[in-house]
Amino acid sequence: MRVNCILSVDHLSMRFGGIVAVNDLSFTAERRKITALIGPNGAGKTTVFNCITGFYKPSGGTMRLTHDDGRAIQLERLNDFRISKQAKVARTFQNIRLFPGMTALENLMVAQHNALMRASGLTFLGLIGAPSWRTAEKRAIDLATLWLKRIGLLDRADDAAGNLPYGDQRRLEIARAMCTEPALLCLDEPAAGLNARESAGLSELLLSIRDDHGASILLIEHDMSVVMEISDHVVVMDYGVKIAEGSPREVRDDPRVIAAYLGADEEEAIAVMESGT
Amino acid sequence: MTGERVTAPTLEPASASRGSIAAFIFKKALISALVALVLFSLMIGIRTEAGPTGQLIYWTRFPELAGMVAAVFAGSIAVELLRLWWGPVGTVMVVPPKVQSALALARRAIAPLLLIFTFLVPVIFYQQRYILDLGILVLTYVMLGWGLNVVVGLAGLLDLGYVAFYAVGAYSYALLATNFGLSFWICLPLAGILAALWGVMLGFPVLRLRGDYLAIVTLAFGEIIRLVIINWQSLTGGPNGVSGIPRPTLFGIPLTPADDGLAAKLGIEFSPTHRIVFLFYLILALALLTNWVTIRLRRLPIGRAWEALREDEVACRALGINITTTKLTAFATGAMFGGFAGAFFATRQGFISPESFTFQESALVLAIVVLGGMGSQLGVALAALAMIGGFELFRGLDQYRMLVFGVAMVLLMIWRPRGLIGHRAPTVYLEHSQAISSDLVKEGHG
Ligand SMILES: Nc1ncnc2c1ncn2[C@@H]1O[C@H](COP(=O)(O)OP(=O)(O)OP(=O)(O)O)[C@@H](O)[C@H]1O
Ligand SMILES: [Mg+2]
Repeated sequence: MRVNCILSVDHLSMRFGGIVAVNDLSFTAERRKITALIGPNGAGKTTVFNCITGFYKPSGGTMRLTHDDGRAIQLERLNDFRISKQAKVARTFQNIRLFPGMTALENLMVAQHNALMRASGLTFLGLIGAPSWRTAEKRAIDLATLWLKRIGLLDRADDAAGNLPYGDQRRLEIARAMCTEPALLCLDEPAAGLNARESAGLSELLLSIRDDHGASILLIEHDMSVVMEISDHVVVMDYGVKIAEGSPREVRDDPRVIAAYLGADEEEAIAVMESGT
Repeated sequence: MTGERVTAPTLEPASASRGSIAAFIFKKALISALVALVLFSLMIGIRTEAGPTGQLIYWTRFPELAGMVAAVFAGSIAVELLRLWWGPVGTVMVVPPKVQSALALARRAIAPLLLIFTFLVPVIFYQQRYILDLGILVLTYVMLGWGLNVVVGLAGLLDLGYVAFYAVGAYSYALLATNFGLSFWICLPLAGILAALWGVMLGFPVLRLRGDYLAIVTLAFGEIIRLVIINWQSLTGGPNGVSGIPRPTLFGIPLTPADDGLAAKLGIEFSPTHRIVFLFYLILALALLTNWVTIRLRRLPIGRAWEALREDEVACRALGINITTTKLTAFATGAMFGGFAGAFFATRQGFISPESFTFQESALVLAIVVLGGMGSQLGVALAALAMIGGFELFRGLDQYRMLVFGVAMVLLMIWRPRGLIGHRAPTVYLEHSQAISSDLVKEGHG
């Protein structure tokens, strides 16, 4: 296996009763690159994410995450919260899952839970207001502020997350995932429901996350303009299996991909074909 | 109602819809009256009694029944009219800014004023033992409410068996003090720790459960603890309870008329009120400790994780938060405060028995938390005052006390469905702290 790949998925399968949502899927995601996972509705993309992030236990196959220092972690052996805590994999959800009754700033503070828990001496140092805790808290607020600035929500820091416009919520969810300081960021349709201007802003944000923060990104997206513009590598799925992979250009011209999209959704197929021309 | 914005577009059909509104209200009132007729025809309409030789005597009370049904009819119309005047639920009343700022000021002033007043209660009502006793009772429930608030209000875990921890605390102190002669000040932390341990023990098996299931299991746990206490005669004395529980001392100085008592040491005349006043300040201190710790915890990562858990458990897992330990700490913290309150209860009464720890207590404390507005410290304090104090206030009404109390609760829930204080205060802010409306805040589901 190449050293520069952060995630390698091997022969991954996921069955729900009779339904085979993911069938013997293998692919790799390179370090500090954006890997897109595309495919028609119901292809099994979200299921792959749920396996990688520990929400589902795969029926078969392995997923290995290799950190910068060479430390390798088998993701299928960790369960739910440990994947974020130890393997440093963060994710967003297809249907936004913010904490709506908490402010934007609080959302970003919750994301730093594990670091802050350590700093607060498992709460005891924090309870007596130890100076070390105070500085750690200040640093956490600074990190949150930095991300609020990056996503252009600094002036809404103290507003409830549930009160923000849809596009802002999407970006806040990405910022929240980044506040866990992940090595691999998994985004499930981050451009869904955004207008053209917002999508362009999102592309810029994702590129800067890759280039300035050195995070690797795994991206599920239906918006082909975003996929074609920013991804370094594209994996195409249909009915749970990989049907093609390669650079955005290669994938776009692949007849199997066009056929899969034509069979599923004409508009999307046209979008795939037109996005480059 | 938002004057212009809502009524202006409906200016034309206003007269037409007025007729239909009247018809709707009339229909609703008629249905309510019918339901009342069916319900009350047996409950009020016919009165039965066992005669002197055991035979059945009954007589009818139709005028009373008619009065009741008429009252329901009129009441239903009144409620609907009130609703109409108030506007649909969720609309914001347009209040002049001046009144608004005055209200905000009053709201901010209410907590400090209440605290100062509470501190002065023993001074003002020194001669009225009844008021002092009532004050102690209210403060005990304030403390229990604040303790349960951690579990229900912050972490969103519905706990119907909170009284179990109260019982564990009370029996811990009672048994440790009577069997080993340990003093109150040593037993108090022990009672808290033991209750917290029970909280963790309860927590482990129920963590996987959510919503209704969690509520039922916690309810059962509360009953199990009570049944164990009743049946473990050799340890707990069973239904007879534990008596002769030592009274608290002021750091070793007893509050008795004896030569080494506090009164003798200070050279003042002994009065039994001294002990009442001491108990009052003791429970006030314990309650304020609970409050202080809770407010601190909310601003620490653990407290934020509790609230995040209430908002969205799946998102918490994706952020690397250990759901199990987070829920357990919420249970343990709430249980610990319940244990403290239980130890206080035991030392105040001097005698405890399983009868004091029935489900009714759990329900009462939960009602205080819900009525106060889940998660709000001030709301819980106000609700405890209203529930316990208000109940005493209606004592003069004798048999109608429960009725008036029930009506008051129903009205309050219509007027304030999310509790007295229905908004959430953020735990951290950059520029200014804005209250978050209750529509956004989740109630939790597990
Ligand atoms: N928990 C589950 N139980 C049963 N079937 C499931 C479950 N999760 C997903 N599936 C099935 O697996 C298949 C793949 O679903 P998945 O959500 O992964 O698709 P997707 O590629 O993310 O589609 P979309 O683009 O619409 O989000 C679907 O047929 C779906 O019905
Ligand atoms: Mg999906």
